[in-house]
Parts: sequence; structure tokens; C-alpha cells
Amino acid sequence: MKHLKNIIRPYIVWSIIMIVVPLLLVFLYAFTVGGNSLVNIKFSFDNFKRFSDIVYLEVFIKSFRIGLLTTAICFVLGYPLAYIISRFKESTQSILILFVTIPMWINMLLRTYAWISIISQNGILNSFLNKLGFDSINIMYTDTAVLIGLVCNFLPLMVIPIHTSLTKMDKTLIEAAHDLGANEVQTFFNITFKLSMPGVINGVFIVFITSISAFIIPKLLGGGQYMLIGNIIETQFLHVMDWNFGSAISLILIVIIIAINRVLKKFDLEG
Amino acid sequence: MKKLKVFGMAYIVLAYMFFYIPIVVLMVFSFNSSKSLTKFTGFSFRWYQGLIQDSEIMKAVGVSLSIACIATIVATILGTITAIGLTKNRRFIRELILSINDFPVINPDIVTAIALMLLFSSMNIEKGYFTMLLSHIVFCTPYVITSVYPKVRELDANLVNAALDLGATPFYALRKVIIPLIKPGIFAGILLSFSMSFDDFVISYFVTGNGVKNISIIVYNMTKRTNPTINALSTIVISVIVVLLVIVNVFSAVKKKKEIV
Repeated sequence: MKHLKNIIRPYIVWSIIMIVVPLLLVFLYAFTVGGNSLVNIKFSFDNFKRFSDIVYLEVFIKSFRIGLLTTAICFVLGYPLAYIISRFKESTQSILILFVTIPMWINMLLRTYAWISIISQNGILNSFLNKLGFDSINIMYTDTAVLIGLVCNFLPLMVIPIHTSLTKMDKTLIEAAHDLGANEVQTFFNITFKLSMPGVINGVFIVFITSISAFIIPKLLGGGQYMLIGNIIETQFLHVMDWNFGSAISLILIVIIIAINRVLKKFDLEG
Repeated sequence: MKKLKVFGMAYIVLAYMFFYIPIVVLMVFSFNSSKSLTKFTGFSFRWYQGLIQDSEIMKAVGVSLSIACIATIVATILGTITAIGLTKNRRFIRELILSINDFPVINPDIVTAIALMLLFSSMNIEKGYFTMLLSHIVFCTPYVITSVYPKVRELDANLVNAALDLGATPFYALRKVIIPLIKPGIFAGILLSFSMSFDDFVISYFVTGNGVKNISIIVYNMTKRTNPTINALSTIVISVIVVLLVIVNVFSAVKKKKEIV
């Protein structure tokens, strides 16, 4: 089967042109100035110096805050859900997990758009509250609205890896803990939770990186003025047309993600 | 213990409500007789009629479907061939290709999107249908490789050697031995890349031009004002996806049962 060795050549060429070169272009644009056409470019760090501007720093801090909050909420809501699902018998579990995955197959844009009609000023939630005699609440175009959208969209990304590691674990260890006199709570924290860590780490990583780079959910639920990292990248590329600065922001985002990935992998190996 | 069980059920119900209320609301209001997205005034099909008459939407449906089909076919062939070939290569090359392959999966969509946008503009390729199609192949192929590659690794090399010893040509062995054994992986890859492509907004939004729009871009443009036509379109899209998913799952459950019997 030696000749099968060469059949990866088309993909090598393809991935160099379509994956490696584009990322190198992001590098090139990030470290140069001189416009979008690449005709007279000059090496420079100016794009990164612009981050000393408080406006951009604030956007990064805000993105991190929203990303951390989304991840924390998804963990607090998602872990119990994954745990409860894992206690059902196998056939029920696969149906329950199917219903967690179905929303993920449905366009994110559509689900976010649906939230607008629920939480907007004259939305379904408020007319429901009014009928019950409560005052309207204004959460549209606030952090709360953005968080609802992010959590609703990304919760399955937390539940699925945790559920996988909960079902994969060696059940005899739990029995052993019981036999040795540990109660339910002790067993959970010393055995179950520790063994589900790979799933937790996976879920935390995916939810965090997808939420700090989200741009469509903040734009629809936070309003046009709501700026996260993804939103400045979009603005720089499609509206301001400053591709050099846009590339610098993207590069920083890539570096942050690679760094988090490394740290979590190390954590996973040690844990 | 009984109390805990009740609590668990209640929790599951609440969580699923959180997932499904937006989807149900979206679908219910596609049948509303008025333009309101908050008060249901009566049942009607007017938004579905509007949908069929809207040539821009119909064109976008065509773009989404054709791109998803072509990208899935190309990605499946390219990805499967590569996954098979990878196992025959040295460890260094294998790891290198797999880590390059990981970039579009791990990188946020927006990074892949702007990187491709820079590529097309620096190569002077006019943005439009073609660039959108190329980009979809770029992000679909890695998913095929990651679903097929583990299946190829599990494959018993002796089976292929036996086929060759018995006089099968390499192509015949590929068709009759390798492909049938890695079919579940290929199937998963097809499903993933079709839905990834069909649902994509971010990458398409950055690499399109010349007025070429897919369904997601149309929906995005429509969200700026109240328009129940989107709800009608969404309801159709969601129904198709849910029906497909249920069929796939029932199919694999039935197959599993048969295997056990």
C-alpha cells in the first residue's frame, strides 16, 4: 500500500494555500503599515501601539469579562444538567442528549433573532409580566441581553463534553468509594467531579473562546454600539477598512486562544 | 431520594425550555396574521406566500443549498482521501498536517473569515459565489478529516493486505474493503460539513461580494426591521434540519438494534 502515501499531496498543497498562507497574511498585515493593497508596505509596530488607546483596552477587558461570565454561567447551569442526564438509563440518555444537540444544528442567527422578540421593550416577556401585574423590565441592549444570547447558544458546548466524560468514567470507582464508607457528597467531590475534569476543561475552553470572539450575538442583542473584540475586527475590516489594525487585533485574539489552550492542556495533564 | 429525582426532572424541563422557547416562538409567529412578533392575532400563511414570491430569498436558498452540496461533496472526497493517506505517512508529516488542519476548527470563525478575505484580495480574486464556495470547502474539509481519520486508524491493515494478496487492485481494495469499514466516519463528516456550510454566517459574510447572499446573510439583513418572512423561512429550515436529524438518529438506533440481535 506504499503508493497510498502520496494521495495526501493534493491536501498538502490545498492547506498551504488556503490555511497557512491566509494566516501568514494576517501576520504580514499586522506588522506593516501602508494600506490594504500591499504595494508599498512598511514594517512597523504601529498597529500594536494603538492598543495603548484606552478605548481598545476597554473593549478587550469587556470581552474578557463577558467571556468569563458566559463560561461561569454555562458551567453552573451545564454541569448539573449533564450530571442529571448521565443518571438516566442509556436509551433515555441518548434521546436527552439529542435534544441538547438539536439547537446547535439550528442557525445561531435565527435563535438570537428569536430572543429579540422575547426580551425587547414591547416583547413577549414584558407583555407576559404586565398581564401578571408586574412592571416591564428593560434588558434589551444591555449586558444581560448579550449574556442570555451567549449562554443559550453555547450551553450545549459545555453540557456535551461533561456528559461524555461522566458516562465514560469507571463506575466501579464510585462503588469502591461507597464501600469504603464515603457518603454521596464525598463521593461526588472526590471521585465523580475529579474524573469529569477533562470534560469540564474541554467545555470551559470551547465556551470561553467562542464567547470572547462572538460578534453577531453582541451586535443583535447589545445594539450597534456594543463593542467586543469580534465587533472591532468586523468594523476594521468591513467599515473603517483598516486591515492592518484589524489584523493586529485578530493576531492578538489568536495568541490569546493558543495561550489558553496551552494552559488548559497542561492543567488537564497534571489533573 | 425521591425528592432529588423530582428536582432533577424539573431542572431538565427548565433547561430544555430555555433551549426551545426561542425556537418555538420563532415558529409560532411565522403563522401570525399580523406583522407583530409579540402579539398573536390569528392564523395565516401570508408570510409563507410572501416567502415564495420573494425572488431574493429564493435565490439565497439556492445559493445556500448549492454551496452546501458542492462543498460537502468536495470536502468529503478530499478529506477521506487525505485521512486514508495520512496513516501511510511518517509521524512527522501526519502530525504537521493534522495540526494545520486544526486551525480552521480551533480558530474563531471571524479569524478564518478575515484571513480568507485577505487571501482573496491579495490574489485579486473578485469576491462572490466562487470565493464563498472555496471558503466553505476550507472549513468543511477539516471536519471530514477529523471524523474519518480515527476510523482509518482503527482499520486492521491485515484486511487490506489480504485483499491485495488475493489479487485485488489497490483501487478495488479501497472500494470494497477500506471505504465500507470507514463508512460511519465518512457519514459523520458529510453530516457535519453539510450543516456547517448550510448554517454559516460569519465566514460567508466576509468573503462574499457582488450581491451574492446565502440564507444567513439574508436573515442578518432582515433582522434590522420586523419581518415575519424570516420566521417563515426559519420555520422551514428548522423543520428540515430536525426531520433530518431524527431520521439519522432513528436509522442508527435501528441499525444498532439489528447488530445486537
